[in-house]
Amino acid sequence: MANPLQLVGRITLGLFAEIGRLAVFAGRVKIAAVTPRWYGGEILRQMVRIGFYSLPVVGLAAVFIGAALALNIYEGGSRYGAEQFVPNIVVLGISRELGATITGLMLAGRVSAGIAAEIGAMRVTEQIDALETLSASRYRYLYAPRLIAALATLPLLVMAANIIGVMGGWLVSVYGLGFDSTVYLRNTVDFVTRDDILVGLIKAVLFGGIIAIMGCYQGDRSQAGATGVGRAATLSMVGAAVLVLAFNYVLSTLFVEIGL
Amino acid sequence: MSGPLLKLEGVEKSFGTKQVLRGVDLEVARGQSLVVIGGSGSGKSVMLKNALGLMTPDKGRIFFDGEDVTKANGKAREKMRARVGMLFQSGALFDSLTVWENVAFRLINTPGAKRKDARERAIETLKKVRLGSDVASLYPAEISGGMQKRVSLARSIISEPDLIFFDEPTTGLDPITADAINDLIVEMVRGLGAAAVSITHDMASARKIADEIAMLFEGKIIWRGPAADVMNSGNAYVDQFVHGRAEGPIQPAI
Repeated sequence: MANPLQLVGRITLGLFAEIGRLAVFAGRVKIAAVTPRWYGGEILRQMVRIGFYSLPVVGLAAVFIGAALALNIYEGGSRYGAEQFVPNIVVLGISRELGATITGLMLAGRVSAGIAAEIGAMRVTEQIDALETLSASRYRYLYAPRLIAALATLPLLVMAANIIGVMGGWLVSVYGLGFDSTVYLRNTVDFVTRDDILVGLIKAVLFGGIIAIMGCYQGDRSQAGATGVGRAATLSMVGAAVLVLAFNYVLSTLFVEIGL
Repeated sequence: MSGPLLKLEGVEKSFGTKQVLRGVDLEVARGQSLVVIGGSGSGKSVMLKNALGLMTPDKGRIFFDGEDVTKANGKAREKMRARVGMLFQSGALFDSLTVWENVAFRLINTPGAKRKDARERAIETLKKVRLGSDVASLYPAEISGGMQKRVSLARSIISEPDLIFFDEPTTGLDPITADAINDLIVEMVRGLGAAAVSITHDMASARKIADEIAMLFEGKIIWRGPAADVMNSGNAYVDQFVHGRAEGPIQPAI
């Protein structure tokens, strides 16, 4: 067995090397995304794939989370006779936290892993080399459109998740817990502030970046063969999900600190 | 213009501790078809990727049309790539695009180009590789391996390059299809007046498409001569390879 200090050192160095590689990669993709030339057709196609086709899965996740949240808040609130706060806390929890987190997590699976598998397969079948020989940079043709599409569509998806999540809570409250529909909706709308919505949308943009970059990064580094591509998909999904949750916490702390 | 179109000078490349290229010197004249033969793992593909600029050599220099492109990027690299075509071993067609979009990829992505014109050019080029317009709208996954090779060939010749690289053009094809591809390569290269650099271990293919043959062994060019001489080269290594004998100075890679 190696010296334990050696092992710790190797792991630490490996971690920093990985962070460095990811940062350099992310920098290159960002530069490609903000400088010409842009492939408009590719950007549009990725927006449809990342944004539009994710709507069902995001909507389904949001409606169930909203419904479960309402039930639990009712259960907890009733211990203090505070059941009437269900709509307020549901809309707060969803718009500030859960709408963005759920969307981020679902897309870490659906989009990040999908991008990694696709790019990985392209790498393995020499399609990425072919792109370069045809004078198209992979950063501009493949990665930047995915980043731009994710940054643009994630806030829209989170907005949809917020609305659908609140509706999930409303469904359970009205049909299961005996709330009056009009009162419930009025409480929701009166309580939620512009800042609450903004918090979720800012998170959405950051999560979009994480999801697209992780997928492209792992795909770009993919090793040969089916195992390599599978590994890239797994790593990107796990990486994106963990980063989404970690940055969600960091941003929540920050927003509470600055009073947003 | 004079001088070789492509020139490799003392090119070395290692991966970790494994040195793959140990000083490759190679010149390709305008309009010349050079075939580089060599066993699996002799560094043929790595040599090709270095020449194309997909990899950067550790040592040595690469010249294209007299210009040093060893570390070229941006404009200089684009200028070279616009004059070079490449047929990948697996075809490397973009599977999210249709056949004609693959063939016309460079045209479609030229700013200001019209899709309709690009499509016509693509169908014209497909005709040259004996494919009808009926395959133009199919996706690469919907056509056979031999057809994919043809489409890929069409993609590499559509912009009429001065130099075309062929990476094992006949690998994975049946002998008849392979021969048809060889004929097409000869026809296209002659038709364009382009230079060609092919790597292969298929001797039938090598003899058919080469003006000259060079052999790569352990990361160096150990022999080069006219295609007609390859069967009687007098070089023990070349002799063993072209006659496909397990016994000889080269150890089988198993």
